[in-house]
Amino acid sequence: MSTREHTSARAAFTRGVRAGVPFAMAGGLLALSFGVVSQGAGLSATAAVVMSAIVFAGSAQFAAIAIVAQGGTVGAAVAAAALMNSRFLPMGVALAPSLPGGPLKRAAQGQTVVDASWALASRGDGTFDRWLLFGSSSVQYVTWTLGTVVGAIWGEGLGDPETLGLDAIYPAFFLGLLIKEVRDGRALGVAALGALIALVLVPFAPAGVPVLAASLAALVGLRRRAGGEGREDDLRREADSESPR
Amino acid sequence: MSTSASLIAGCALVTAAIKAAGPVALGGRELPKWFTRVIVLLAPALLAALVATAALADGDELALGPETVGVAAAGLVVWRTGSIVACVAVAAALTAGLRAL
Repeated sequence: MSTREHTSARAAFTRGVRAGVPFAMAGGLLALSFGVVSQGAGLSATAAVVMSAIVFAGSAQFAAIAIVAQGGTVGAAVAAAALMNSRFLPMGVALAPSLPGGPLKRAAQGQTVVDASWALASRGDGTFDRWLLFGSSSVQYVTWTLGTVVGAIWGEGLGDPETLGLDAIYPAFFLGLLIKEVRDGRALGVAALGALIALVLVPFAPAGVPVLAASLAALVGLRRRAGGEGREDDLRREADSESPR
Repeated sequence: MSTSASLIAGCALVTAAIKAAGPVALGGRELPKWFTRVIVLLAPALLAALVATAALADGDELALGPETVGVAAAGLVVWRTGSIVACVAVAAALTAGLRAL
């Protein structure tokens, strides 16, 4: 890596850490409640912390724990976690072209994907800033693990995160990113279609599947737009249409 | 292996495999333009689905609650002000306030 690349990588990493801080704070609070809830499912404090440290996937951990707490088998719990994480498949596919190195190195870099970092690192043109991704995920990893430690050891006295409205933080954040991400009518249509697919499936499909299925809405992109190939042409067209009339 | 250990190992393995799949299969090469067009649209599709399932559903049923109102208000805040921090603060405060009523 040249000096200049090194500097810009470091700058992107720092930007990622900063951008990730609000998510990290919300994630830390969520991890607190994971630390508490996991003990209801029979995990020791150490097991809860180890799980957060090596799985690092909030919704999957909650889903797995809920199934064990209800008396389900380990196999069922792992399957639920896999379904919950299935959205990382399309996210990883999207990220892949932006990752350098051999298969092992790419696989390792792929481990850093979590929802917020993936969305933050998206440049909106199909490419991703991988150092921003790493920075954003690293700070979230720290608070996710520390939050679990605090919750598992001292959690009982901390109260219910829902009372504080903390469960609204994640969807609000994602909605904020979505509103910033949607730059044209087609993206808006795909967002609406994705939400619709997910909501229609919620009553029937296992948890995790509705969000995975929503990624099918992006296949709208297979159709070229009339007279244009990709974003550049569209931007040019938009610029033309905004010229003095 | 104890139940906890196999649960943790199982979850860690499936998560790592899912996250590695895309980068291993598709990394390190130029992809066709149609593929890029689909990828650009994955973010709005997945984000919208995450928001919808968190704000409009509870478990496996569709449900409106205080968090629905909080998230909707947060959307308005971001749309009018562009501030993500304000958006999140409004969402949490409004949701907590409505639950306290």
